[in-house]
Amino acid sequence: MSRESFDRELQELKRNLFQITSEVRKNLTASVKYLEKRDMQGAAMIIESDEIVNLKCLEIEEQCLNIIATQQPVATDLRLLFSVLQISTEIERIGDYAKGIARISQKIGPGELIKPLLSIPRMEEIAGEMLDDAIRAFTEDDETAARNIPARDLQIDVLYNQVHRELITFIMEKPSNIEQTMMLDWIAHNIERVGDRVVNICERVIFTVTGVPVDLN
Amino acid sequence: MEAERAEKTRMMTEDYSLFYGDFKALNNINIKIPTNKITAFIGPSGCGKSTLLRSFNRMNDLIPGVTTAGTIFLDGRNVAREDVVELRKKVGMVFQRPNPFPKSIFDNVAYGPRLHGTKNRSDLAVIVEKSLKRAALWEEVKDDLHKSGMSLSGGQQQRLCIARAIAIEPEVILMDEPASALDPVATLKIEELMNVLKRNYTIAIVTHNMQQAGRVSDYTAFMLTDEKRAGNLIELGPTKQIFTTPSDSRTEDYISGRFG
Repeated sequence: MSRESFDRELQELKRNLFQITSEVRKNLTASVKYLEKRDMQGAAMIIESDEIVNLKCLEIEEQCLNIIATQQPVATDLRLLFSVLQISTEIERIGDYAKGIARISQKIGPGELIKPLLSIPRMEEIAGEMLDDAIRAFTEDDETAARNIPARDLQIDVLYNQVHRELITFIMEKPSNIEQTMMLDWIAHNIERVGDRVVNICERVIFTVTGVPVDLN
Repeated sequence: MEAERAEKTRMMTEDYSLFYGDFKALNNINIKIPTNKITAFIGPSGCGKSTLLRSFNRMNDLIPGVTTAGTIFLDGRNVAREDVVELRKKVGMVFQRPNPFPKSIFDNVAYGPRLHGTKNRSDLAVIVEKSLKRAALWEEVKDDLHKSGMSLSGGQQQRLCIARAIAIEPEVILMDEPASALDPVATLKIEELMNVLKRNYTIAIVTHNMQQAGRVSDYTAFMLTDEKRAGNLIELGPTKQIFTTPSDSRTEDYISGRFG
C-alpha cells in the first residue's frame, strides 16, 4: 500500500487551507483599516475577494470528499480530513464577517465616523493574531497552543462589552447618532464572533491530535 | 469500556503461545472473544492471525511439530481437554475458498448432522432448510437441493459452506478470509449474513480487508510480529475506536497504510 500520493494530497489540502486563511486574515485586517480610513473602494475590494474565498472553500470540500472516496482514510487521517472540512467552514464564515464589516462600512458611507475607533481595531488585532496562531497550531499539530489560544477570546469579549456600553452612551447623548452607532456595534459584534470561530478551530486542532472532542467555548 | 465489561466471553486465550518446532509463531496471546459479537483479526501477512483462529478449534493439531503453551477456553472449559470432534461441532469454520463437498446441496448441509447421529430424513430436511435460510441461500436453491453444491456460484458456494457450518448448531463460527475470493456483491451478501448470524453465533473473522473489518465487526484485534517474527496481539478494542482513535501507534500505522 503506497501512501505517497495520499500524503501528497493531504499536504496539498493543508496548503490550500492555509492559503484561504491568509486571504481571510488579510481581508479581516483590511476591513477595519478601510473602515477607519473611510475607503469605499477598499471595502468593495474585500467584498469581491470574498467570492474567491468562498469558491476556494468549495474546492477544499471537494478535495476532502475525493480523498475520502478514493483513499478510505482512518484514524488520524480521517480526523484530519473531517477537521479540514470543519475548519474551512469556520474560515469561510470569518471571511463573511470581514465582508460584513466592508458592507457596513459602505452603508455608513464616506463621511466622518462619530468617533475615532480604538477598541474595534484592537479587537481585530487580537482576533487576527488568534487566527494566525490557530491555523499554525493546526498545521503543526500543536495541541498546547490550541489549548492556550482561546483564553485570548476573553479579551475580545471584554473589549466588545466595552464598545457596546460606550456606543449606548453615544446614543443616549445624541439620539441622531443611532444609525451609525448601531452599525459600529454590529461591526464589533462581527469581530467578537471571529474570536468564537477561532476557538472552534482550536477545538478541531485538539480533536485532530487527540481524537477527543472538546468544547472550549 | 463499560459495555465491554458487561459482555459475556465465549472464548478466551490465556498466555497462549504456539510453536512450529523451535519457531514461536504466537507469543503469549491473551484475548477474549465476546459472545454474539463479531471479532475481526487484522494484521500483515504472517502475523499469526490465521494460526490463532485455527487454534480456537484445534485445527493446528493436524500440523506435525506444532506445540502450544497456555490455554484456550470455550465457555470456561479448556479446549485442549475437550473431545476434538465435539469441539469442532461447537466451533465451526469457514475457509477462504468455498469448499463444498462434491455432493448435492442437501447432502452438503446434512453432512455434519448425519455425522453427529441425525439419520431421519425429515429431521434432516428441517435442519437443511433452517440452515440454508440462516445462511440466506434458501430462496436461491430451494428447488434445486438435489443439484451439486459445486454447481453454485462462488458467493453461493461460500454461503453453502456457512449453512454447512451452522447445520450442526455451533456456538462459534471461525471465518478465515471468507470473502477474499468473492466479488464485491457476493462479499456484501456474506457481510450482511454475518450481521444476522451474530444474533445466534459468536463470530471470529480473519480478514485482510480493513474496510471489511470496519464494516462488519464489533471488535477488532490487531496482530503484528515482533523482532523474532512471533505473532503478538498489539491491541484489541471496539472496532469504532480502533478505526478512529487506536491507542497503539503501530495499529494506527497499519490501518493508515504506513506499514506493510
